Amino acid sequence: MSDTQGPMWEVFLQKKAGQPFVHCGNLHAFDKEMALQNARDLYTRRMEGTAIWVVKSEHIVASSPEDQGAFFEPANDKIFRHPTFYQVPDIIKHM
Amino acid sequence: MNHHYKFILRLADNGLINSQRLTEWTGHGPFLEEDLALTNIALDILGRSKMLLEHAAKLSGLENVSEDTLAYFRNEREFLNTKLVEQPNGDYAQTIVKQVMVDYFDLLHYTELCKSSDEVLAGIAAKTVKEVTYHYRHTSSWVTRFGLGTEESNQRAQAALNELWRFSGELFFTDETEKFAEENGIGVNINASKDKWTKTITTLFEEANLKIPADAFMQDGGKNGLHTEHLGYLLAEMQSLAKAHPEAKW
Repeated sequence: MSDTQGPMWEVFLQKKAGQPFVHCGNLHAFDKEMALQNARDLYTRRMEGTAIWVVKSEHIVASSPEDQGAFFEPANDKIFRHPTFYQVPDIIKHM
Repeated sequence: MNHHYKFILRLADNGLINSQRLTEWTGHGPFLEEDLALTNIALDILGRSKMLLEHAAKLSGLENVSEDTLAYFRNEREFLNTKLVEQPNGDYAQTIVKQVMVDYFDLLHYTELCKSSDEVLAGIAAKTVKEVTYHYRHTSSWVTRFGLGTEESNQRAQAALNELWRFSGELFFTDETEKFAEENGIGVNINASKDKWTKTITTLFEEANLKIPADAFMQDGGKNGLHTEHLGYLLAEMQSLAKAHPEAKW
């Protein structure tokens, strides 16, 4: 379908200034400007964001499901990496 | 028909017919994202027209006139939209060429109307400027794509321009209604924006390798109810439900 609808782009939205851009979906577009406009029309109609990033899906480098064991499981038995072995004073919020 | 009412009705009808025509693309757009983008634009324009019709109904001074009776129970000769907006959609290049001319005109016109002494109109204009700034950005980027795309896309856009350019002059048509509106601060001298419109639109088309037809005879009449053959069919479809169920509420 890419010949009639253009390549895929991934869309990231920022809710408010200072917050991280969060992936919200993807779309088809033939160029950067079209991708940005389509993202605005598809994903921000209900005030979901105030800034948009779009990036061609082919530029995303992703881990594959087969990598799961080697990539993530070694972290399973290393609970000492979690900062849970000391007391947090009550006055510290948002930890 | 008082001039203030007629002036607002012209604005309302231009948007209503423009929007109704664009919504014919719903579900038929070239691809999903563009289908949504164009229907979104149509919906913005319909929202503006609804407010303008509501305002016009109050200015009519007539009993039993509402936005719905104005939209659904007037005949072809009573609609005051320009001929440009009632033209058929044709292919997507034709729809875009038509819409870019309307969008840029609306951008200039409503920017000026923000200063209107008619506070309702000024409020609607302020909202419209933000919307139509985006519409123009969207449609103008498509003109560039069609013009500089393939040989076929350029030819289709050129054919559209050849067909539609003769309807562009009516956007700037003025008569005693426009003069009354201008003199009373309700409207503006739209011809003051004509040079800017022509310059920007000409540059847009030329940079996209599209030629504006020379010596076109400019059509008018729509703003006084004289339309092309296309409006009747559009109204028949738009009004059929309301006419079949005149007491219906929604």
